[in-house]
Amino acid sequence: MLRGFSRFNLASLALGLAFLYLPIVILVIYSFNDSKLVTVWGGWSLRWYRALLEDSAMLDAAWVSLRIALLSATAATILGTLAALALVRAGYFRGRLPFSAMIYAPLVLPEVIIGLSLLLLFVALNVDRGFWTTTLAHTTLTMCFVTVIVQSRLLSFDWSLEEAAMDLGCPPLRAFLAVTLPLILPAIVSGWMLAFTLSLDDFVIASFTTGPGATTLPIRIYSEVRLGVKPEINAICTIMIAVVALVVVIASLLAKRNAASRDQHALGAPM
Amino acid sequence: MAKDGAGAAGGMTDAAARPPLVRFEAVTKRFGGVAAVNNLSLDIGAGEFFGLLGPSGCGKSTLLRMLAGFETPDEGRILLDGRDIAAMPPHLRPVNMMFQSYALFPHLTVAGNVAFGLKQEHLSRPEIERRVAEMLALVQLHDLGGRKPHQLSGGQRQRVALARALVKRPKVFLLDEPLAALDKKLRAETQFELMALQEKLGLSFIVVTHDQEEAMTMADRIGVMSQGRLAQVGTAAEIYEQPATRWVAEFIGDVNLLEGTVSEAAGEAVTVTTSAGTLRATSPGAVAPGQSVAVAIRPEKFHISAEQPAGEAGNGLAGEVTDVGYLGDMSLYKVKLDTGIVVKAASVNVTRLLQRPIGWNQRVWLTFAPDAAVVLTS
Repeated sequence: MLRGFSRFNLASLALGLAFLYLPIVILVIYSFNDSKLVTVWGGWSLRWYRALLEDSAMLDAAWVSLRIALLSATAATILGTLAALALVRAGYFRGRLPFSAMIYAPLVLPEVIIGLSLLLLFVALNVDRGFWTTTLAHTTLTMCFVTVIVQSRLLSFDWSLEEAAMDLGCPPLRAFLAVTLPLILPAIVSGWMLAFTLSLDDFVIASFTTGPGATTLPIRIYSEVRLGVKPEINAICTIMIAVVALVVVIASLLAKRNAASRDQHALGAPM
Repeated sequence: MAKDGAGAAGGMTDAAARPPLVRFEAVTKRFGGVAAVNNLSLDIGAGEFFGLLGPSGCGKSTLLRMLAGFETPDEGRILLDGRDIAAMPPHLRPVNMMFQSYALFPHLTVAGNVAFGLKQEHLSRPEIERRVAEMLALVQLHDLGGRKPHQLSGGQRQRVALARALVKRPKVFLLDEPLAALDKKLRAETQFELMALQEKLGLSFIVVTHDQEEAMTMADRIGVMSQGRLAQVGTAAEIYEQPATRWVAEFIGDVNLLEGTVSEAAGEAVTVTTSAGTLRATSPGAVAPGQSVAVAIRPEKFHISAEQPAGEAGNGLAGEVTDVGYLGDMSLYKVKLDTGIVVKAASVNVTRLLQRPIGWNQRVWLTFAPDAAVVLTS
């Protein structure tokens, strides 16, 4: 076994990282490019960020994406948490397996199929496609991710804590709010953040379900690029990368803290 | 083993005189067709320390959880202070429980855990603070109020769980395997702390345990449970010295059961013909000649001797030692009787001899008084 930072390990690490991040790094660097030509380096500048501030179409799209992401992540978190609670607490009810299979289906279903089926549904129902249909579609997509995260936390939850709360005088709902919810909150928050990032960068489903007046940022970027890559696109993409990276880092920190406190609790629990 | 004689006897008569605080009336609880608690009736008095003892899966925890309100009986009634509490949800019952896992809230401090139940009663802040401080002092945790549960030792966590439930001043305090998580030495200390606490507060304690020593040390009365039913209810001494059934005799401590038929019965004095010979024993209930019974003899009731006893005063069994176990305070012997049956005998090592007078393959005589052996009919 090769351990530590041997030359081979370092080389493979560098290669792997380069493979993953070189395109992104190039994009970020060129977003600070002074030149009008995307492929020619003309020195450092923030001019494309300034230009972005004046590009109202791009800003509108960003604002639409942000609102959809906030709304759909919140709805998905509520629904996903409820589904996780139902799956874990109800024990073995009739139809539990199909129920859980149906919840997890969007996890593995190709997005094109989800998008297309939603499009057909909205057309059949004669609903005007736009902001709300996209929000709804993103809720459908991201709910199962929240369920997976919250359920894994609930599986290790000591339900006698909730019983103890009831024993001490809490009605069931207050016992849930006072004891269970604070303890599973980190999982719920990281579920929300995952849902938020998934919605923010979704292109496939949004392109099926959105309509005029509700162009999301990924769709806007795609349509701009078709007319030729502008340095502005690099700038907006860099901002998106920053936002998503930030959210993912916070979510993983929360998940880590959650796991740590669970270990502590497990240590604390008498064996 | 049991509480000091006077205390235990006093507790008993008090409990018998007052109407029962808790009454189980023909309670049945089934899980998927299997009866965890089967047509069980039991009275527990106010101020009583009651032990529910049984092997795992005997239904003792289910009984406790029905009293706490986490399970509802399928049949029968549970009365608390004469009131049927079947429809009362757990949060309204004047009953508190200490969970086996302690179930301390990890996101709250020690003081926060203890105050949790009082906050639900909407007491004033100073009142809550006063009672929390009082209770933490009672369990000797006054300087640890600011700690989180994971910063405490096992024994300290156990006392937080105690304080959190007792601060509610329940009518009945339920303890589910309260000492299972503690190491042996701490367990022995805590047993006496719990007894002192119960006496001080004058509450009814119901403790569920699978550890007979624990139940016998702490409880005024013990209910021995088997397969959802109460096999016997009585004081520790009653259960040990006068087991109701073969199962109870074998579950509590060590016992030799010699099967046979009654050949003579005159009141309590019974003569039984067993495969080990004709034995004279005591029967608490009436038996008739010809009835098949078992004679139960605890190992320590035998007097083991290397010399043949003179006279025929008591029961005598002759055999050969096949195994010796030296435990320090006492020695255990396995004796193969001349009739082929192997029995266990114990004797206290009163002298300090490195060479025991009785060793392997030695011929020994076991004698016991007729009142040391009990006749069991079921």
